[in-house]
Amino acid sequence: MTFFTFTFYAFALILVFAGLRVITTRNPVHAALWLVLSFFTAAAIWILLQAEFLAITLVLVYVGAVMVLFLFVVMMLDVNFDSLRRQFRSYLPQGVIVGALVLLEMTLAVVSSAIGAAQIAPPLPTGSNTKALGSLLYVDYVYPFEIAAVVLLVAIIAAITLTHRKRKATRYQDPAVQANVRREDRVRIVQMPAEKSET
Amino acid sequence: MSIFTAPTLAHYLVLGAILFAISIAGIFINRRNVIIMLMAIELMLLAVNLNFIAFSRYLGDMSGQVFVFFILTVAAAESAIGLAILVLLFRNVGSIDVEDLDALKG
Repeated sequence: MTFFTFTFYAFALILVFAGLRVITTRNPVHAALWLVLSFFTAAAIWILLQAEFLAITLVLVYVGAVMVLFLFVVMMLDVNFDSLRRQFRSYLPQGVIVGALVLLEMTLAVVSSAIGAAQIAPPLPTGSNTKALGSLLYVDYVYPFEIAAVVLLVAIIAAITLTHRKRKATRYQDPAVQANVRREDRVRIVQMPAEKSET
Repeated sequence: MSIFTAPTLAHYLVLGAILFAISIAGIFINRRNVIIMLMAIELMLLAVNLNFIAFSRYLGDMSGQVFVFFILTVAAAESAIGLAILVLLFRNVGSIDVEDLDALKG
């Protein structure tokens, strides 16, 4: 067994174990931390597959941003998580059966078809993975890249509009009201006789 | 040990299938908890990305990695909006139990 083979099996075992802990652990904070471990391990396996740029992106974007967001939300919500696990036992057999069926079908499809027979990877292209990916992304896939940027913008706006809470006490100016104001709304002319002085 | 052969494409695909099956089982098991369901969806996308990268490596085509890049983008947007909806839900309903979300009488 070469070192490469050993590394693959070690990381695969850690990945599967971490994935199992994500779905079975009691505390959602622990689930998020196990998910962080599975993302790290998946990044290592991607490095074994010579996809260095995507592995680093996975660690930066997922561990650095998305999982921190998950942790923030889990800690912000004051939820009684034990009540959510009341019927955990009764859902367990159903989940295991469906998962085992999916696994069986996919494994049969992989093993019985010809795609599993691709034993030898083609030689790597010379040069860095990042450079190759960049030249592909900015030349051949430039329009999908722009659309991805728009998707992120939509996500930003949607997340902010959904969670933004307008406070009642905030004082603000409404330009429409200011422009439509009339003289009668502001000035009241009072007619009154001038008083005569006593002296 | 004969079963631990050098990894081929089939190894990576089976690993992706195991992860995918785990996350499907996770969605069934944690049916009441929306947060764990979102995490299971992230795990599912990870399995799909693993398949894409394995195919990209063994077929010698870099386009698979570009596709993974786009999946990462969409998944990040999805989880941000999903968590925002979750926060809004908790603020309005006071619970994240799926059983309590019956306002649409579904």
